[in-house]
Amino acid sequence: MSVDKATVAKIASLARIKMGDEELERMVPELNGILDWVEQLGEVDVSGVEPMTAVIENHLRLRDDVVDADPKTAGGRREDVLANAPAAEHGFFGVPKVIE
Amino acid sequence: MTDLTNLGVKDIRDGVASGEFTAREIAEAFNAAVAEAASLNAFIVTTPDHALAAADAVDAKRAKGEDLGTMGGVPIGMKDLFATKGVQTTAASHILEGFNPQYESTVSQNLWDAGAGMLGKLNLDQFAMGSSNETSYFGNVNSPWRKAGSDAAMSPGGSSGGSSSAVAARIAPAATGTDTGGSIRQPAAFTGICGIKPTYGRCSRWGVVAFASSLDQAGPMARTVEDCAIMLEAMAGFDPKDATSLSMDVPAWEAGLSADLKGKRIGIPKEYRMDGTDEEILKSWEQGKEWLRDAGAEIVDVSLPHTKYALPAYYIVAPAEASSNLARYDGVRYGLRDLPDGAGLQDMYAATRAEGFGDEVKRRILIGTFVLSAGFYDAYYNQAQKVRTLVSRDFAEAFGQCDAILAPTTPTASFPLGSLNDDPLTMYLNDVFAVPASLAGLPAMSVPVTVNTDGLPLGLQIVGKPFDEQGVLNAGLAIQQRAGFDAKPEKWW
Repeated sequence: MSVDKATVAKIASLARIKMGDEELERMVPELNGILDWVEQLGEVDVSGVEPMTAVIENHLRLRDDVVDADPKTAGGRREDVLANAPAAEHGFFGVPKVIE
Repeated sequence: MTDLTNLGVKDIRDGVASGEFTAREIAEAFNAAVAEAASLNAFIVTTPDHALAAADAVDAKRAKGEDLGTMGGVPIGMKDLFATKGVQTTAASHILEGFNPQYESTVSQNLWDAGAGMLGKLNLDQFAMGSSNETSYFGNVNSPWRKAGSDAAMSPGGSSGGSSSAVAARIAPAATGTDTGGSIRQPAAFTGICGIKPTYGRCSRWGVVAFASSLDQAGPMARTVEDCAIMLEAMAGFDPKDATSLSMDVPAWEAGLSADLKGKRIGIPKEYRMDGTDEEILKSWEQGKEWLRDAGAEIVDVSLPHTKYALPAYYIVAPAEASSNLARYDGVRYGLRDLPDGAGLQDMYAATRAEGFGDEVKRRILIGTFVLSAGFYDAYYNQAQKVRTLVSRDFAEAFGQCDAILAPTTPTASFPLGSLNDDPLTMYLNDVFAVPASLAGLPAMSVPVTVNTDGLPLGLQIVGKPFDEQGVLNAGLAIQQRAGFDAKPEKWW
């Protein structure tokens, strides 16, 4: 499998990264080099092998059903949440207008 | 008085506790060394006041006869991937430039609770993606090491290159690192220091900027095995805020250190004898076997048949997870925003990410997006996850015959900055020996053993069974005692 410029443009758009023509053209051989190389995984017989889902056996815990059990991840921290926003307004994240 | 900056974690902690020097004297000495070493570019920001405040708190506790903590009075470098409250945290990216966390990562908080202080935030490869510390938005990190007879700038390894450079240059006694596919072990090997990545889940990932969540693990980097044991003990521990955190007690690794390997079997994986591996590294591997035999261990041959597929599997799994993790950088909640005139929301996302991410990060996001996209998911991502199962199974079978595995950390010694930039694949090959243990979530350590004919350090790697950091540290200690590595980079900075 190799990708062409149109495919790279499609991927870049899916990834929400703006790329000009020159950058797309530069990426095509780089990505193809990497994809050609990972293609060797196709040689491996994986019949009957389950894809890995957890690297170290662990179980998913349930936390106690308590509101704001851990203050670090609890609610009521609007100022902290907004502190690094590029455009916070009226206690909300500000974004460009999305509704005409 | 001896030069305080030559001291490691244990010596500082014990010297502060016994009153040989104060924590403040230590902090001042390292702050000065950091300020003098700007040309290494190891730090993105320095925090001398943090180090001094922590030191004063330790000195005050000592005056009152209180417990100083297992890292009491030790100032460390903090890789700039850990969120530190009120101190800029960037992951060496433009997109997070100026990001000022409102909270402290669990691992850094654990260290401060143990009495450590912070000298500053250490440079790294951008979002920990790189093996040479050349992808940072804040510039390359220089290794303190140089080839004999040359003043070409050498790579400190990556991604924890600021950490390795600072510890090797003795401007920090120890530093935190993170390891996704070798990012603690490879830089440690390049700079003649120790570094251990514990079992996946030992150290909380809460507050660590995420790269590939199923692989990311924090660990210590320091100049001795003992120092690593002390610091890992302080960093590790169950954290309910991380869903993959191991709900297990932290063993007393420092107290459990023993270089007596009687009754232990050390496996030598034949697949690690790869083309392109430096002759001197192969020689040091042979030497390593002798040392472990001398320590009482039995050397056995083992096979890890899927080794050659680990690296390509990694370069699907890690970018896939990265493309998902890095979706959060959208110019809305934190970090950079690039809003071209008249742009809508989607254009803002795309412009922000184009401006905020470096080339290597973009490359990996694109690869990850591609392998997860409809029509390619099974052929790439699912196949890679199946291969990952096989890589992990190889280790499980090998550990039926041995207690730990000895291998080189890297196929070559450090290289000059800029020399591998043309081809991402050549750069990726640096981690060929490190990645398998990452895919399997296993504890693994690099220990410095010698310098090559160019005068550059070489390291050996020990990989252990899940949860057996003690076995890894002990084999590391046996090697350290026999290697007697005491080479230091000559000061040029």
